[in-house]
Amino acid sequence: MVKINFRDTAAYYGAEPGGGAPTKVKITFVDSHDQPRTVEGEVGSTVMETARRNDIPEIAAECGGACACATCHVYVDSAWSEKTGKASQMEEDMLDFAFDVQPNSRLCCQITVRPELDGLIVKTPSQQG
Amino acid sequence: MSQTNAAEINTDVVIIGAGPAGLFTVFELGLLDIKTHIIDILPRAGGQCSELYPEKPIYDIPGLPVVTGQGLTGNLMQQIEPFGPTFHFNEMVETLTSLGSQQAPSFRLTTDAGKIFNAKVVIVAAGGGSFQPKKPPIPEIAQYEGKSVFYAVRQMEDFRDKDVVIIGGGDSALDWTLNLQPIAKSLTLVHRRDAFRAAPHSVSAMQDLVANGKIAFKLGQITQVEGNQGQLTSALLKTNDGVIEKLSCQRLMPFFGLTMKLGPVADWGLNLNENLVPVDTEKFETSHPGIFAVGDINYYPGKLKLILSGFHEGALAAQKAHRYIYPDKKLLFQYTTSSTNLQKKLGVS
Ligand SMILES: Cc1cc2nc3c(=O)[nH]c(=O)nc-3n(C[C@H](O)[C@H](O)[C@H](O)COP(=O)(O)OP(=O)(O)OC[C@H]3O[C@@H](n4cnc5c(N)ncnc54)[C@H](O)[C@@H]3O)c2cc1C
Ligand code: FES
Repeated sequence: MVKINFRDTAAYYGAEPGGGAPTKVKITFVDSHDQPRTVEGEVGSTVMETARRNDIPEIAAECGGACACATCHVYVDSAWSEKTGKASQMEEDMLDFAFDVQPNSRLCCQITVRPELDGLIVKTPSQQG
Repeated sequence: MSQTNAAEINTDVVIIGAGPAGLFTVFELGLLDIKTHIIDILPRAGGQCSELYPEKPIYDIPGLPVVTGQGLTGNLMQQIEPFGPTFHFNEMVETLTSLGSQQAPSFRLTTDAGKIFNAKVVIVAAGGGSFQPKKPPIPEIAQYEGKSVFYAVRQMEDFRDKDVVIIGGGDSALDWTLNLQPIAKSLTLVHRRDAFRAAPHSVSAMQDLVANGKIAFKLGQITQVEGNQGQLTSALLKTNDGVIEKLSCQRLMPFFGLTMKLGPVADWGLNLNENLVPVDTEKFETSHPGIFAVGDINYYPGKLKLILSGFHEGALAAQKAHRYIYPDKKLLFQYTTSSTNLQKKLGVS
């Protein structure tokens, strides 16, 4: 798998998004071998960007967050599914190209980090692409 | 030079990859009277721009405050039109062999469609790699691929009188459902939901076939396959209600879209650094004289994976390519604004 890092334009140029006073939340990614990794995510960025910045495995994100590749598939922990909300129509369409899609499946480039998501837990699948 | 038969294509330059970097390199070579053939595994030009973000705006193309991925591709195609490059779509370059010497390089390339090219210079503009079908994580599926599990139809006849299972809900899945239904013995479409992201007329044609009992539609996913020596006998369907159903079938076609894999570029004997091809920053030539790498596929200190970098790299690679192709001609530096010679080539004088 060819990894493409940081597709958001701000990151291309080395700038951090946000600008103002940064607000951080904790996000835990649990990999397909049940290994958890807890990292800090910045409010306003996406869960996918948080994963890429922290070298989380099992998130390919080939399209860099354009909702065009379905390689940022995650399963949202049941305690969090209400807070993360439902997939949009476009995201549902793109989920057709992910493997083993479940009712709690999301494309994590479409989940924006918000203060209410502090503590969020998502699970990554064994195969993205 | 090796023997050339009629089926072989002889050209100055072969460009591998029709993304923005490959396309603009056609332009820069064209200004120097160099003819190109350009090969891409996709059915259309544009690479990532047209495959991954056709409708998204790009804001950092010099001189174009905003342009979509598709718009940029269209503009580039218009810009290179005067040079009449020959496109070979739906073809993957599989092998690249060096035949010539350091001073007079020459190369032979073959594609998965069986074409053979002889070129003096090769430009690798393979971006993030070749776009290839995503293969679902069904255990042991690899041993059936190419025999009874297919990601594309090369020969329709191979599906005649077979029990066919198609997985997916996009245009490819529906198009092949409609095309194969008349010749298959039976056809089952498996999709995770009762909604389809495909052309509305295909969706309604498929629904008519279901209503008339001509095909079956199942909500769920295929989790296992059975068979022997590469020949499928059945596929296990897990329905959305958790029920396991065994579908008897001899052909399976999963359609989960495309992913970028480095692919054959890794097999051409080029130096690789984390799946990228190192080049110098004067000519963007690889460790192998006559083979250049431009765009996302190359690496040098300070590299930025931006479209504008690919444009610059293509322009400089073209200068050195000229020396291989016209060793006796002196290269004059000219502007398109003022050179009548260049304007003639562009068809604007
Ligand atoms: C969502 C997203 C947003 C982006 N936004 C920007 C932006 O705002 N600004 C910017 O400058 N850049 C942006 N980029 C990056 C930009 O798209 C890439 O830098 C650019 O596409 C690279 O062009 P390329 O021609 O090198 O390669 P690609 O566009 O990757 O094209 C390479 C082509 O080569 C083909 N190929 C590979 N191997 C073979 C083979 N063996 N045989 C045949 N064909 C082969 C592939 O199928 C592909 O079509 C973005 C990328 C993404 C995904
Ligand atoms: S990164 Fe491609 S769909 Fe999320």
